[in-house]
Formats: sequence, structure tokens, C-alpha cells
Amino acid sequence: MSQVSNITAELVLGGTSVNGWVRVALRFARQRPLGAVGAMIILIMVFMAVLAEVLSSFNPLAADYGAMLQAPSTAHWLGTDSFGRDVLSRIVYGSRTALWVGFAASFLGATLGTIIGVASAYFGGKIDLITQRLMDMLLSFPLIVLALVVVSVIGTGITNVVLAIMVPMIPRCALVLRSCALSLREMPFVEASRALGTGHVRIIFRHMMPNVVAPYLIMLTAFLGQAILLEASLSFLGLGMSVPIAAWGLMLRGAAVEFAERAPWMALFPGLAISLAVFAFNIFGDSLRDALDPKLRMP
Amino acid sequence: MIPTLFGVAVLIFLLLRVLPGDIVELKYAGTGSYAPKEALARERAQLGLDQPIWKQFITWIVGIPRLDFGQSMWTGQPITHEIGIRLELSIELALMATFIAVLISVPLGIIAAVRQDTWVDYVVRVFSIAGLAVPSFWLGIIIILTFVIYFRWLPPLIFTSFWVDPKQNLLQLIWPALAVGYRYSAVATRMTRSTILEILREDYIRTARAKGLWERAVLVRHALKNALLPIITVIGLEFAFLVGGLVVTEQVFNLNGIGKLFVEAISQRDYTMVQSLVLLTSFVFIFVNFITDLVNAWLDPRIRYQ
Repeated sequence: MSQVSNITAELVLGGTSVNGWVRVALRFARQRPLGAVGAMIILIMVFMAVLAEVLSSFNPLAADYGAMLQAPSTAHWLGTDSFGRDVLSRIVYGSRTALWVGFAASFLGATLGTIIGVASAYFGGKIDLITQRLMDMLLSFPLIVLALVVVSVIGTGITNVVLAIMVPMIPRCALVLRSCALSLREMPFVEASRALGTGHVRIIFRHMMPNVVAPYLIMLTAFLGQAILLEASLSFLGLGMSVPIAAWGLMLRGAAVEFAERAPWMALFPGLAISLAVFAFNIFGDSLRDALDPKLRMP
Repeated sequence: MIPTLFGVAVLIFLLLRVLPGDIVELKYAGTGSYAPKEALARERAQLGLDQPIWKQFITWIVGIPRLDFGQSMWTGQPITHEIGIRLELSIELALMATFIAVLISVPLGIIAAVRQDTWVDYVVRVFSIAGLAVPSFWLGIIIILTFVIYFRWLPPLIFTSFWVDPKQNLLQLIWPALAVGYRYSAVATRMTRSTILEILREDYIRTARAKGLWERAVLVRHALKNALLPIITVIGLEFAFLVGGLVVTEQVFNLNGIGKLFVEAISQRDYTMVQSLVLLTSFVFIFVNFITDLVNAWLDPRIRYQ
């Protein structure tokens, strides 16, 4: 138990120096090898996304009709698609889309959910009740159904997809964070700041929110994998990214199925990329959760 | 139950009305021909779009108890009819997927728990975590690909009803059900494993073993029986969320079910269809949760007496 709280404390408070971060990371890797593997894959993905221009020798969007549907070779490591575009380059550039959407949507969703959950716990009474009912309503939809409804209202494109993925994340995060914040409300320091005349907003943001950083981080990482999967699904359905962008879900759409027999690599590799990315984020998230707060353990 | 559904109805109705764009204009824009103003107005009046929003809402909500959801803005057919012809396929697919998920998850979960921290346990855990990571539409593509390349077999384009030709029907639906079922088995496997692990530490398991009972009897009669409740709850929850899995899988296997209807309705901006399907999803979720509670109460007398 003491070790667990040590890691939490170090991560949240002590990890300000570079040395501190390295120490925390090393200990995490030693105690949770599976999580460390996930973290490594994520790091490679980030590396790929940042250095996409350097790493890929082909333009992911430029069609080359002289090189259509070519099998994997030394020039095109993972083959080419029906427009002659290099599959590997498209996957490398696709990691940029996936990571951007994943991080942006999870960050926004978890943050808004936390604010709503903590505020709902803080105010209590009628406000809490109404918020909870509203969240219950949103929780009665599968992730993708709610995301699709949002897309149908605001349309497709990268910003709208981030918003669409963010919305179903909010009630899930608010639910967990509210229960974490409920006990905080009764703490003497909250009562003290109220007695001092501190405003509601300041109490929520300065006094309560720092105390739920651990569950916040857990929810954030738990969403990352799901957000990437959701983006891929939306793009696959043609209701996500608009066509010129390289995105993994888009690569599996249309031509990949049509030419599956002649060029199976078109369908195989983007799906592998999605699976590997989601897998990495999931095992990393699980390990982080176990390290930060075993009580939140979900089956 | 009713207030939540009513809330969902209000929310979705308002949400879909705030968006700009007009289905009637979109419909005519698609045909590319010139549309006179009167024709547009006539079409709007026919769909009830010239009424104030509150009146449209009342018309819609009053019809629902009579199973009248209004008419599709795109095809003009009654929505009940459009849903009705696709319901059989989706329900059958959902049931088969759930069945497959149970078939995979319960035995695997038990084996993983019994052989905790051995290689068997690790394999099962990686298999179930992978189930959450692999997109079901990609799994579907891979399944089709394997069949096309190795067996020269293509999934048939026309859906055969179970009542007409059961064999043909099952052959057609088993693969999409597998693609969805694998994904949904992941959570249930982990739930089974952790519940069985917890129960194996109970006193009555030690007693059962101490009195010399077969290990199989200990597992099935004592451990599994007590683990049923959380497993059933998880499976019920997953069944309720299965619509989400159907949305993408039906697309891949070209099955004309509720999921495909939903995606089409959204790309065509068929608001009446979208709002009705969303309400239906929400209803299924709440209803299945209710049934799960009933089953739990039936299985466990402790819940009944509380």
C-alpha cells in the first residue's frame, strides 16, 4: 500500500525534476512490464507521428497510377493501394491523425467530465440530481451511437470528430469523478475555504480538482485507446475524417474491401496498426490504473 | 424508466432540430434537377416540417405508444415498417453474438482463474485484451478475405430468414456474429476470471475441497454457481450495447439490419429515422438492464428478500 501511494505522490508531486521522472518511469517499468511494453509502443507511435516527413519516402496523398496495387517490395515495404499510394507512408501519416484525435478527444472529454463530476459532487442537492439524470441519459447509448448522433448534428471533419468522440466520454468520466469527489466535499479543508469566503469556482478548481488528479489520469488514459478505435470506426463508416487526410479507418474503407482479393495488404496493415495502437494504450492504461489506484480497478 | 426515455426523446429531438440545412433541399440537390419553390413547400408540408417545433414534437411523441414513429424523411415509408423489416436480422445477430461471447468467455475465464499466473492465464489475458483492441470491422474484413482467398466463397448478398432456411441463415450470420462476439467476450472473460478468483478464496470452497469433492464439482457446482450473478450482469450490459457493434459489422458484411439503417439515416440526414432509432437504442438498454435485474433476483434469493 505504501509503495502504491509513493508512486502516486511521486507522479503527482515529486516528479517535477527530470531525474524524478526518470526514476518514476524506471520503477513503473520494473513493476509493470506489460505496461512498459505499451508505453514503448506509444512512444514509437509518437515518434512516427512527429517525424512523419522524415520517415516516409512517399507522399501519403499523391496518387501514382504507374504503381497501383503493388505487392510489398523493397521500394514499397507494405505495398501500394488502388491509387498507387504507399501503404506504409499512409500508416505513418495516419498515426498523426489517430494520436491527435485520440489525445484531443480524451483530454477534452476527461477534463469536461471531471469538471462536471466534481462540481456536481460539490454542489450536491438539486444540481447534483439533475446532472446525474442527464448523465444517465447519455450513458444509455453505446459510445459509437452517441458519437454518430453528434456527427449528424455538427458534420464530419477532424475538429467535429474530436467533438463527437469527446461527448460520449464526458458522462463516463463524470460518473467516476463524482464518486471520488463526494468524500472530498466533507473534508475540513473544503469547509475551511468555504468559511473563509472562497468562491465556488475557486474551491472546485483550486482545492478539489488537485485531489482527484489520479482518477483523472486513469480515466484519460483509459479513453485514449477507445478514442482511437472510435475515430477509426467513424472514418470507416465514412462519417469521420474527410477524404484527403490519411487516417487508418479511411484506409480500410471502400477500395480496401473491393480489391481485398488482389491486394490483401491494403486491408491487412492499417487494421494491424489500429489494433496495435489500441492494444498499447489499453495495457498502458491498465497498468497505470493499477499503479495509481488499485481501488478503482474495473474488471 | 419512462422519465429517462422521455428525457432522451426531448434531448435528441431538440439536438436534431438545431442543425442547419434542410432535408427537402438536400434531397432535391441530390437529384440535380431544378426544383420549383412550390414543390419544396409541398414536400415540407407533407413531412410536417412547416409546423412549429413543439407541434412536431407532440405529433411524434403521441404516436410512439401506438408504435407509430412517423415516416422516414428520406424514403417516405413509415418508420415502423422500415425498422420492422430489419429487426429480425439484427436481433438474431445480436443473440448469436452474445451466445458466442458467452461460449468464449465463461470457459476461458474459468481456465484462466484456475491456472492463475501460469502461461495459460497470460495467453487468455492477452487474447481478451486483444479482443478489445481489434476493431470488429477489420476482423470482419479479414474473415471475408480468408474465405475469398482460400475457399472461393463470398458471403451471399441476400438475407435468408431463419424460418425459410435455417442452415443457410446460420451459415450466413455465424461470421459477423463471431466478429462481434469476440470483441464482446473480452470484458466478460475478464469479469469471469476475477470473480472466480475471488470466489476460489472463499471458505466454502476450501470446505468443499476438504471433504474430498471432485475438483470439477467444486468448480461448477460451488464456484461457477456463485459467480453467475456478476457474469450475467456484464453480459446483459454488453447485450444492451451490442447495437454499437452492429453499426460497423453490418456495414462490412453488407447485412441490411438496424445498424446499417442507422448509418444510412445519418448520412442522409433523415432526422425522423435517427431520432426513432436513438430512442429505440435507449429503450433496449433500459429494458435489458431491467430484465438483467429480474434474472438476478430470480437466481439469488438474497436480492429478492432485500
